Amino acid sequence: MNLYLAAQDPTLADFGKDPWWLVLIKIVFAFVFGLLATLLGVWFERRVVGYMQVRPGPNQVGPFGLLQTLADGLKMAFKEDILPRAADKVVYFFAPTISVICAVTALSVVPFGPKVSIFGHWTPLQVTDVSVAVLVLLACSSMGIYGIVLGGWASGSTYPLLGGLRSSAQMISYEVAMGLSIVAVFMTAGTMSTSGIVAAQAHGTQLNIFGVDVPAPGWYAILLLPSFIIFFIATVGETNRAPFDLPEAESELVAGFMTEYSSLKFALFMLSEYVSMVTMSAVTTTLFLGGWRAPAPITTFWAGANSGWWPMLWFFAKVLILVFVFVWLRGTLPRLRYDQFMRFGWKVLLPINLVWILVLSGLRSIEDWQTKDRLVATGIGAGVLLLATLFWPSRKKELRPSLQEQVNSRPHGSFPLPPMDLQVPPSPRTRRVVAEREPANVVGSDSREV
Amino acid sequence: MTSQTVLAAAGQVSGGEEVTFWILAPLALIGAIGMVWARNAVHSALWLVLTMLCLGVFYVLQAGPFIGMVQIIVYTGAIMMLFLFVLMLVGRDASDSLIETLRGQRVAAVVLGVGFAGLVGSGLYRALEGVQAVGLDKPNAEGNVQGIARLLFTKYVFAFELTSALLITAAVGAMVLAHVERRKEDRMDQIATMKARFRPGNYPGPKPGPGIFATSSSVATPARLPDGRLTDRSIPEILPVRELTAEETSLKGTEK
Repeated sequence: MNLYLAAQDPTLADFGKDPWWLVLIKIVFAFVFGLLATLLGVWFERRVVGYMQVRPGPNQVGPFGLLQTLADGLKMAFKEDILPRAADKVVYFFAPTISVICAVTALSVVPFGPKVSIFGHWTPLQVTDVSVAVLVLLACSSMGIYGIVLGGWASGSTYPLLGGLRSSAQMISYEVAMGLSIVAVFMTAGTMSTSGIVAAQAHGTQLNIFGVDVPAPGWYAILLLPSFIIFFIATVGETNRAPFDLPEAESELVAGFMTEYSSLKFALFMLSEYVSMVTMSAVTTTLFLGGWRAPAPITTFWAGANSGWWPMLWFFAKVLILVFVFVWLRGTLPRLRYDQFMRFGWKVLLPINLVWILVLSGLRSIEDWQTKDRLVATGIGAGVLLLATLFWPSRKKELRPSLQEQVNSRPHGSFPLPPMDLQVPPSPRTRRVVAEREPANVVGSDSREV
Repeated sequence: MTSQTVLAAAGQVSGGEEVTFWILAPLALIGAIGMVWARNAVHSALWLVLTMLCLGVFYVLQAGPFIGMVQIIVYTGAIMMLFLFVLMLVGRDASDSLIETLRGQRVAAVVLGVGFAGLVGSGLYRALEGVQAVGLDKPNAEGNVQGIARLLFTKYVFAFELTSALLITAAVGAMVLAHVERRKEDRMDQIATMKARFRPGNYPGPKPGPGIFATSSSVATPARLPDGRLTDRSIPEILPVRELTAEETSLKGTEK
């Protein structure tokens, strides 16, 4: 059984051997997956946010309102395509396409499943894999920023420009946190290929903690929990989603970088946003949640859960859950202020990440030592940490004058203050309105007046 | 990638590699020329991005997938993005001026540039014609990334650390130059701001907008207070003071 399962695990050598039509099928599948995910993703988001806000959400077009996005898309295609006079025409035209192309390209290295037989060909369910596949993903996401930044610049007006500037600063900052959190995955998996990382999460590992073997789960989300949390936060920043949607903050910048965009170009920006949300969910699934492999208890009962076409089900389920988390965040959290956002990225995520990588590499480098040496090494580290926390200089609390002292020290001629125990009497007007209002559904009164 | 490594090591050029080269090489060249040619600074940067992307793909073709991807992520994704950031801050209409300060300089530059390019190109062609790439197998034997990592962290670790120290020094230096030290006493917290706002002599409410109770919606027209007096608090200080004509100050006859 084990041998059979191992034969299904794609390795790097299995790629690049497909006939051209199979490659075409896979590419079209990945592309259509991106488009369909957008179509359903917009509907899903509106329904879920609607549910959270105790309202129905779109429910008119098609069953459960499923076709609402399609209708909106069609409507968008028939709208007037406005080209602002101050726009840089070529760049303005290309910006949305750059966004979409980069978002969709990233799907090409995401493993959807193990090796299956398609028309007699034994092939992995993944468009392609290279030895640096995760770097391809990073490259795609960093190139995708160009669409947003250039779109903001080329629009030739202030709000889009501000949105574009914010976006470029934001993406550069959060890409650093994102890249660093993947480093832990590389160190543990020992490879950069996506199929290799999925294979590395297949089986639980034995962690040797103080001479005791502790079984640990294979998923890096649990094994490398700090990396997982930081990576997910960084993906939210990278995909411009709430609460980090500062480039399109409607309360400050109208619609940010896409203020001037209309019709299909606007639709392309929307498409790229949702595709990149799905792509990032798929990447998180691949890197941290075991990829297409079935979650832990299923394989114990059902050995065939990781073979054939079933893994696609687990993969889609995991992606769906992550997309739900994206929507959940949007429905729950208020938008951060720009300086808070930047401070969070550089002063919280980055240092935690660096310390965590240091700890992890330290643990990994003392893995082969004797138990006693290892204990001494960890003891020294823990002691230094303890001393640092104990003797960390704490800020002295300033003496704040009490409220009464502040009031007393106000200079002469200041604005008058109401007394602290002021009781505001209820407005007489409200009482009168309530008393004079008649019940709304009196049948007789209406007919008499007419 | 393994098959490509083997092919490049054997000195053969596969069909796909050749096709990719002949598509991307002209593009890279166009990007380079366009970068010099473009008048607009942002367009110039975009042409450079095109060239850098092509170079990244060339590295991948030459059995160096890691350096190719790093080229795209670091140079195209981060450094050019910072360039764009600065260019966008400078302003979108900052085009080059076309006035020649040295007469004949442009023609001379073109002639010399083309001559130099021809010289280097023909020299390289003569030197490398028929040269077979050998020994690519050995460094890539345990994987491209692993090979680079082994070299960086064993043989060249000192140079690597020195480079990073240099970069950190540069970054810290830039920060020190740009940093504005503010003393603790100068910092306004919320309570201090509130106190300053309600200080005697300071009107705590928002300034009246231009055109409120005024006879015109122009920014230069002072707003009228409810009692009919003009208030110059509504006029931005940078606007020049302008005498209003009698027609401008009279009522427009739109009120009933």
